[in-house]
Amino acid sequence: MTTETRQLHVASHGVTKSFGSHQVLAGVDFTVAAGEVSCIVGPSGSGKSTFLRCLNALETYDDGTLLVEGQHVGYEYRDGRYYEWNTRQFAAFRSRIGMVFQRFNLFGHLNAEENVACALTEVKGLSKSAARARALEELAKVGLAEHAHKRPHQLSGGQQQRVAIARALAMDPEIMLFDEPTSALDPELVDEVLEAMKALARAGMTMVVVTHEMGFAREVANTVHFFDAGVIVESGTPAEVLANPQRDRTKAFLAKVL
Amino acid sequence: MNQAPRRHNKPTQLSGPDGTAIPVVPLRHRGRWVVGALAILAFAWLGMSLATNPNIRWNKVAEYLFFPKILDGLWVTLMISVLATLLGLVLGIILAIMKLAHNPVLNWLSTLYIWFFRGTPVLVQLIFWYNLAFLFPSLVIQIPFTNIGYMWNTNDVMTGFNAALLGLGLNLAAYFAETVRAGIQAVDAGQTEAAYALGMTPGKRMRKIVLPQALRIIIPPTGNEFISMLKTTSLVYVVAGNDLMTNASQIYKQNNLIMELLIVASLWYMLMTAVATYFQTKLEARFGADAVRLVRKPGFLLRKVTGTPSAAAHPRRPADDVAAAGKDLS
Repeated sequence: MTTETRQLHVASHGVTKSFGSHQVLAGVDFTVAAGEVSCIVGPSGSGKSTFLRCLNALETYDDGTLLVEGQHVGYEYRDGRYYEWNTRQFAAFRSRIGMVFQRFNLFGHLNAEENVACALTEVKGLSKSAARARALEELAKVGLAEHAHKRPHQLSGGQQQRVAIARALAMDPEIMLFDEPTSALDPELVDEVLEAMKALARAGMTMVVVTHEMGFAREVANTVHFFDAGVIVESGTPAEVLANPQRDRTKAFLAKVL
Repeated sequence: MNQAPRRHNKPTQLSGPDGTAIPVVPLRHRGRWVVGALAILAFAWLGMSLATNPNIRWNKVAEYLFFPKILDGLWVTLMISVLATLLGLVLGIILAIMKLAHNPVLNWLSTLYIWFFRGTPVLVQLIFWYNLAFLFPSLVIQIPFTNIGYMWNTNDVMTGFNAALLGLGLNLAAYFAETVRAGIQAVDAGQTEAAYALGMTPGKRMRKIVLPQALRIIIPPTGNEFISMLKTTSLVYVVAGNDLMTNASQIYKQNNLIMELLIVASLWYMLMTAVATYFQTKLEARFGADAVRLVRKPGFLLRKVTGTPSAAAHPRRPADDVAAAGKDLS
């Protein structure tokens, strides 16, 4: 492993993926450095979410090299061969990566506190009381301490998504992945979630955010990647990609969403 | 359902065009009264002919209602119902998980099991287990290639009670596996993704996240299975399992009071069904959404006994729970 890949949290080279005859990813080259906030924008169906899901092995990729946190995602490289991971290796890898979903995916049978504490006891092996204390701490950070005993259906979408963020952060992830975290929210609830994400970015968390929120990308992102038809068409700072796009496809997309 | 609006919704007067109140004459449902009266007459006639039938000795019904042998049979029926249902539930969950497993062998075995036990009448299965000794005169548990082990005489093991337990339990498992599978599949795929994303293994995901939520869907039909099981146990009659029906039949074969003892047995079956229905209704209404707690550790019983604040502070109407359960799963 080279020193270059060690500093990078994500290094993807030529990653491809097809669903049947439909090619979703057509060779993605993408890197995320430590502490970097990387926003992925682009039209629906361009492969953004699929690529994000590849990063924590929720989706498999067909070809290419994908290094996340210094590991070949899905495979162990040994003696000139890639050995497929077993379920324990997948679990151990994913426990180091936080993921926030578009539809929150809070556990319906657990209240907010239990949602956060669950993986702490089950995956990290914390005691119940330690997990509980940590859960309350993380909920307080997203401003939901007083909602700890509410079930997901008793919370608004914005509150649910903040619980989901707290749940991911409680695992002390090395990188956070956000899959359109505000797309399923009512417009007036978007800001509270974006604020929580901005606070996280300010705290120095390495983040990959698939989003349609151009304002957020402009304000928070270090790098913006424009995805189209399974490839990254254009990458750069928000000023470069969003304010002064070079490619026609980027210009056409931004003209519609801005 | 009642098609007409409820009585208290009906206005007794309406304000007319000039503001004065005009009384409303309600529609008289003469047809309903006539049909209702005829139905009561028909049922009363049936009831009377039964109650006053000189061939039914009601004093004998009363005499045998609490006869020790009947009460013993009642206990056995309850035991078989409870144990066979438990066996069916546990096996059913295992079969459902096998059927959903990635391993094609487990898949295929589960399908075969379900096909076999649903494809043969439960009566046949009961007689089969009872007569297992014809196939295997002795049952042996032995460590292979050694002499260490135990041997039982099959006829000693396959008593009517055990044959009934096995037959009914294994049969229920086949039906219940389909219910569990549907319950598991009804849990949103996002729950599984979130569990995996947090670093859970497939087994943990199933035990901690998916099964508890699937149980909300599975628990209400369980009550139905139990109620149905209470009466299916009467088939144990064919293997002389000393249940309620067997004992009643043994008495009437001696004293020929066939109708009287069938009435005695039926009264007890009806009582058990009524009690079970009452609990099932409560289970569905109050714990439908919280049924999941049944599988979590500190225990449903403890909570019931101590009355935890969460249950006491938020008394919820059944409708809320149904809506809540739906939301939780969406």
